[in-house]
Amino acid sequence: MKFVDEYRDPAAARSILEHITRLAAGGHYKFMEVCGGHTHTIYKHGIENVLPDTVELVHGPGCPVCVIPMGRVEDAIAVAETPGVIFTSFGDMMRVPGANGNLLEAKARGADVRMVYSPLDALRIAVANPDKQVVFFAVGFETTAPSTAVTLIKAREKGIENFSLFCNHVTIVPPLRAILASPDLRLDGFLGPGHVSTVIGNRPYRFVPKDFGLPLVTAGFEPLDILQAILMLLRQIDEGRCEVENQYTRAVPEHGNIKALEVINTVFELRPHFEWRGLGFISQSALKLRDEFADWDAELKFSIPGVRVADPKACQCGEVLKGVIKPWECKVFGTACTPETPIGTCMVSSEGACAAYYNYGRFTKHQTVPVQLTSPAKTPAAV
Amino acid sequence: MCLGIPGQVVEIVDPNDHRAIVDVDGVRREVNVGLVMGDAGGLQVGEWVLIHVGFAMTKLDEEEAASTLEFIKQLGSVYEDEIRDFSQEAPL
Repeated sequence: MKFVDEYRDPAAARSILEHITRLAAGGHYKFMEVCGGHTHTIYKHGIENVLPDTVELVHGPGCPVCVIPMGRVEDAIAVAETPGVIFTSFGDMMRVPGANGNLLEAKARGADVRMVYSPLDALRIAVANPDKQVVFFAVGFETTAPSTAVTLIKAREKGIENFSLFCNHVTIVPPLRAILASPDLRLDGFLGPGHVSTVIGNRPYRFVPKDFGLPLVTAGFEPLDILQAILMLLRQIDEGRCEVENQYTRAVPEHGNIKALEVINTVFELRPHFEWRGLGFISQSALKLRDEFADWDAELKFSIPGVRVADPKACQCGEVLKGVIKPWECKVFGTACTPETPIGTCMVSSEGACAAYYNYGRFTKHQTVPVQLTSPAKTPAAV
Repeated sequence: MCLGIPGQVVEIVDPNDHRAIVDVDGVRREVNVGLVMGDAGGLQVGEWVLIHVGFAMTKLDEEEAASTLEFIKQLGSVYEDEIRDFSQEAPL
C-alpha cells in the first residue's frame, strides 16, 4: 500500500478503509468533494487509488480561481491597463487567461500589476502611492471575504481614498444548490469544505439533507480526514440517516466565526446574479460592496467593459467543475492545456482538479494498487 | 490560495489595531488577528492560529498546528509557494 503507508496513521487509515470497503460493498457511491483543497489532497495522496471501486469521488466547484469567468478576467485587465492604476492580485489569478491573455501579459505590456499575499498589502501599497489608484482583485469564497472586508473597513477608517476593490467574492451554497438541481449528475453525498466552514459553520448546509435528501460531512484536509469523512457518509447511508456532520471539529466551530460573518455583512451584500465559469449565471451567488462603500468600488470608479466572453470551445472546465467529466476526459487535458500554458482555469490553480491531476494523478490513475487490509478491525475513536 | 497555514503568535504589536507577529516554521510576519481576538480568552502570545491571506482565521491547539504544518510540508511546492508569499513584503 504505497500511499497508505505515507499517511499520518497508516493503521487507522487501513482500519477506516476496511470499514469503507465493507459498507460500500455491493453498491456504487458517488461523493462530491466541494473544496479545491480536498481535490489537491485526494490526488497528491492517491486517495482514489486506495478507495474500493464502489466509492467514486467527484470534484466540485470549490476552487475560487477556477470559477471566475473569462469576462471578469478581461474586466480586470481593462482596469489594470487604465493609466495611473496599480493593480494588485493574488498570484494564481495573474495566470488565468482572459480572451486576450492574462494579467502577467498585461504587466509585460506595461501595466503596473503586482502580486500580493494579502489584501492588507494592497492597502499598504495605496498608502505608499497616494498619486496612484490602487485596485485589489478580490476573489475567494467565505474563507477570503472577511479579510477583504476588514481591509475595506480599515481603508474607510483611515480615509484611504485611492484604494478600491474589484470584487469577485462568491458564496458556496448557491453553486451547491445549482449542482444538486442539475439533471447531469447523480450524487450520494458531499464532503463539505473545511476552511469555508471555519467562517460559515455547518448550519448553511442543512438544505442538502432537508431539500435534497443527501448527507454532507465537513472534512479536514489530511488523507485520514477525507477517509474518515467518507466513512461517516457511508455510515449515515447505512443507518438510514441523512444529516450534516462535522469531521473537522478541530478547526470548524458549529456556528462558524461570528466576527468574520459580521464584517462580511458590514461590507458586502448579495449580487442579484453572478456568472460562474461552467455553471452559468447563478442568482445571489456572489458579493458586491454595499452602497456605504461605493467610494471603494472599482466597478463604479472605473469603466468596466463587462463583456461576457464564452469559454474556448475546446475547454471543458465547466463539465469538470460540475463533476460531469473527470479531468483526463477533457479533450485538451495534458496536450494543449497544461499548467505551463493553461487554457482553462482548472489547470491554473494548484487547487484546480486538472492541475492537481496533471501534477500527481496521471501516472497512477490506471494502475491497480492492491489494497491489503491486514490491521485488526476497530472503529477509530474519532469516527 | 485557499490554504490555511498554522503559525504561533509571538508578539501582540497593537491590540487595538489587531496587529500581531506570528511565526510560521521560523518565518515571522505581521498578521491581522481581529477575527479571532473576540474568542473566549482573547488571544495570547504563544497561542496557535490558522492564517489565510494575512489574517488569523481560527485558533488551533498546538498538536493540531504541528500536524497541519507537517501535512502542508508534504505538499511540497504548495508549502514552498505559501511560505514564500508569506515571507514577502509587497514592494511599495
